[in-house]
Amino acid sequence: MFPTPVQKTSPAVRISYQAFLPVALILWLLPLIAVMMFSIRPAADFTAGNFWGWPSSFEGFTNYGRVFFESAMPRYLLNSVLITVPTVIGTVALACMTGFALGVYKFKGNLLIFFMFIAGNFVPFQILMVPVRDLTVDLGLYNTKTGLVLFHIAFQTGFATLFMRNFIRALPFPLIEAARVEGVAEWRIFWYVVLPLMKPAIAAMAVLVFTFIWNDYFWAIVLTQGPESQPVTAGITSFNSQFRAAYHLMSAGSIVAALPPVLMFFLMQKHFIAGLTLGAVK
Amino acid sequence: MTISTDSYSQSPRGWYKRNEIAITPWLFLAPGMAFFAVYVIWPIWQSFGMSLYDWNGLGDIDTNGTYIGLENYNKLFGLNGERADRNFQISLWNNVKWLVLYLLAIPLGLFIALFLNQNVRGIRLYKSLFFFPFVISQVVVGLVFSWFYLPNGGLFSIMTGWFGFQIQGGVLGNPTTATYGIIAAGLWPQTAYCMILYLTGLNAVDPEQVEAARLDGAKGRKMLWYVILPQLKPATFIAFVVTIIGALRSFDLVSVMTGGGPFGSTRVLSFYVFEKSLSERGLQYGYAAAVAVVLFMIMLVFISYFLWAMYKDEKGARS
Amino acid sequence: MRSILKTSFAAFVAAGIAASAMQANAQSLTGTLSIFSDMSDPAPRAVMEDMAARFGEMHPELDVQVTIIDREAYKTQIRNFLSANPPDVANWYAANRMLPYVEAGLFDDVSDIWEGQMSEELASTKGALTVDGAQYGVPYTYYQWGIYYRKDLFEQFGLSEPSTWEEELANCQTLLDNGIKCYAIGTRFLWTAGGWFDYLNMRTNGYDFHARLTNGEESWTSDEVRATFANWRTLIDMGAFIDDHQSLDWQEALPFVVNGQAASYLMGNFVVAPLREAGLTDDQLDFYQFVEITPGIPRGEDAPTDTFHIPSGAQNKEAAREFLRFVVSADNQTLINNGQNLGQLPVNAMSSVDDDKFLQQGFDMLSNRAPGGIAQFFDRDAPAEMAAAGMEGFQEFMVFPDNLDDILERLEATRQDVY
Repeated sequence: MFPTPVQKTSPAVRISYQAFLPVALILWLLPLIAVMMFSIRPAADFTAGNFWGWPSSFEGFTNYGRVFFESAMPRYLLNSVLITVPTVIGTVALACMTGFALGVYKFKGNLLIFFMFIAGNFVPFQILMVPVRDLTVDLGLYNTKTGLVLFHIAFQTGFATLFMRNFIRALPFPLIEAARVEGVAEWRIFWYVVLPLMKPAIAAMAVLVFTFIWNDYFWAIVLTQGPESQPVTAGITSFNSQFRAAYHLMSAGSIVAALPPVLMFFLMQKHFIAGLTLGAVK
Repeated sequence: MTISTDSYSQSPRGWYKRNEIAITPWLFLAPGMAFFAVYVIWPIWQSFGMSLYDWNGLGDIDTNGTYIGLENYNKLFGLNGERADRNFQISLWNNVKWLVLYLLAIPLGLFIALFLNQNVRGIRLYKSLFFFPFVISQVVVGLVFSWFYLPNGGLFSIMTGWFGFQIQGGVLGNPTTATYGIIAAGLWPQTAYCMILYLTGLNAVDPEQVEAARLDGAKGRKMLWYVILPQLKPATFIAFVVTIIGALRSFDLVSVMTGGGPFGSTRVLSFYVFEKSLSERGLQYGYAAAVAVVLFMIMLVFISYFLWAMYKDEKGARS
Repeated sequence: MRSILKTSFAAFVAAGIAASAMQANAQSLTGTLSIFSDMSDPAPRAVMEDMAARFGEMHPELDVQVTIIDREAYKTQIRNFLSANPPDVANWYAANRMLPYVEAGLFDDVSDIWEGQMSEELASTKGALTVDGAQYGVPYTYYQWGIYYRKDLFEQFGLSEPSTWEEELANCQTLLDNGIKCYAIGTRFLWTAGGWFDYLNMRTNGYDFHARLTNGEESWTSDEVRATFANWRTLIDMGAFIDDHQSLDWQEALPFVVNGQAASYLMGNFVVAPLREAGLTDDQLDFYQFVEITPGIPRGEDAPTDTFHIPSGAQNKEAAREFLRFVVSADNQTLINNGQNLGQLPVNAMSSVDDDKFLQQGFDMLSNRAPGGIAQFFDRDAPAEMAAAGMEGFQEFMVFPDNLDDILERLEATRQDVY
């Protein structure tokens, strides 16, 4: 193990390490802690310039209550769910298929197509922006969740294919060979042999795509507008124009908006990290 | 079974059956490729075309736009007697700052990973909480940091106050500091990402090699440099890839924190494209497309490098 | 291409329907009238919905549908829906802001509505809706700009409403000596600085020069423009504006006035509502016209006009035209602009203005004390690209006045490019 485990060092080092950990964490999360403190203050504290002193009263419930009951926030949250979940399903479905095709079969152009997916995934969004927006308008899907979902699926498929293909590559190929010898149809091999083995990859993929899409802001402002279809990332900015300079409500709103992926992360931590660090270890 | 198969083998089976292995991958690829072609490949091509037009985005480009060849590029770079676009230069220069400074996330992430790579009580929770910023949307990160930087009463200005200096106009209101302020906000989640990559990498470091090196008297920085880092190469590669991509995608933070201001000093190419087309006073779609093409070309340099590295890797895996 | 085909086909059908409707009965309007509106703030929203309801009652056969879109989002939305799914009526702004849409053939020529009497009643805004002799929409409201100030603070220091530049500067110096900033402003979104430029330039060089400048006919490096900036610089060097204004938007600058840290605010009349909400009474808050700078120059004013238009692709143009006539009618104008509703100025000369003291002063100012002419606003008078570059330059100037030469050269370069 590197660096040397603290257990093997002098007690002084050990104790100071243990003591320094929480300090480091607080420093690291300082901006976030500041926002949490903002979100429980009354408005009067901000006009009085009391940003960091002891709150003159605890208004956490009032502030979060207003976010939930007096703004379009719940609507935006629901939109985010309705955009994110279908995208995750669509992406995983498409990527399992493309990953299977590229991971199992040897054919001309295999590597080329694979690289095209990877390259596409790295493309700057802005070069797609106007054409995708025009396409969405022409399809009559501008300012609909469907329009956003379709694009997200297409774009995320690039990244997900990279992930799935590498995962399938690592599966024991003899399994597939054996099934072929048995005369099992190819699509059945996919469904009954490969797919069950891909469960961990699917879980990791799903968590990752969920987080990426939930946090997307750019495409939300390019392809949607208004509370009827915008997700929470875009909603939070118009929320802020509604409660301008009302830092207590804006911070409460931001925290609410950030919460679902955070929950997802803590619940599915193992898969999440497995997904993110794919390829970090050989 | 075998007998019956044999008896059929001479007679022509269905065309699909005979070519099943050749056809199946294409059937499986078809939906994914179709989506990808329509939403990614074709739009890139369209943007290239659009960059050759003078078009205000209203109506149809063929009727309301004018084909002007490379004129948009001449304007950007100041070729052919045109005056170079100062805002484009600012954006480009800021992108360079982003690229260089964003790479700090890699050593910072490594540093934190080394710090956290211990086996004490509660360390898992610490690791999770350190990783936490990455899970939060960039919009929220941007908001959080813009409050952190508020000129009066923001935590940052209070902290600089302890050391007896104030940044005039606040970090984000001062054109010399604003871009760095945004990059610092971006480094926060990016460092967390690199950290998690390295933590996983460190887990897989071969303990025998470490012990062997220890016996040889290697320790500290020497050990890190000659024994650990080489084993972390895959993690470093991924960290490099995601950091470069992140640096060039820096739209959300700029948009939320400063909107390109003060007086346009925090523009980056990705924001400039948006500003020139979809923003309130945009209406120069052709020109914006030209900027997007330049950004794409910059990205292409890195993409080519990544693909080349992966190609080498693939070759290695096969032989 | 598809969308264009669709649009022209729709226009063709609409024309057919309109013609047959005319023959049948000009009075009874049928079908659907879809209206896209950007009046998304609470008060304007209620006004829009009420107007649609009243219009619907007048035409029971007609199904009036209003879609209200967030005001900011609307500004980019309109580019899509005008060609993709055009409504019958849409909100927008006058002057240069509507020009690209007129040139792209997306707004219908509605000169017929303006014929005869209407042109006289709406004379004050006709110019702002005219392109090449034809009108492309109708106004529904406008509002004055000027200096809103804390009367109680002025009285406390023995100051009175200034009318000359010298008096303005003297007042400001007194306030500064007492630790109060003269002007609140938040330039984060740039346009507020555009207001200051408009007024300083119109007062220094006159309305006509200002109009030529925003129209691209005067150089940004001219002595006249430099004189305007020199006057501006006088204020900046005095420290007249609040600090860190580049980090604030216009609402975030309001507390400075409310808390008495700044005495006045150059703004449109919409600033009154939030100031009253924040607790300022009409005894504390008052208004004066921007002072004279160069003596003898007729004063021009900014009075931005908000408008309704008929997209070329509208389906029910007959009903749309009727709706536009209804919007500008004297009675409706009196109603929607009163203090309970928009709290702004009616565009129809036959309407009456609300008793509100700010509206009365504004109406009087625009009717009787603005002989120079009425401008829209910097970002509506100048083309988009010029407006964006200009306002960015103004903001930079307010923070770094020493950069002036560089800024003006850049603006001049932009002018050469744009026009």
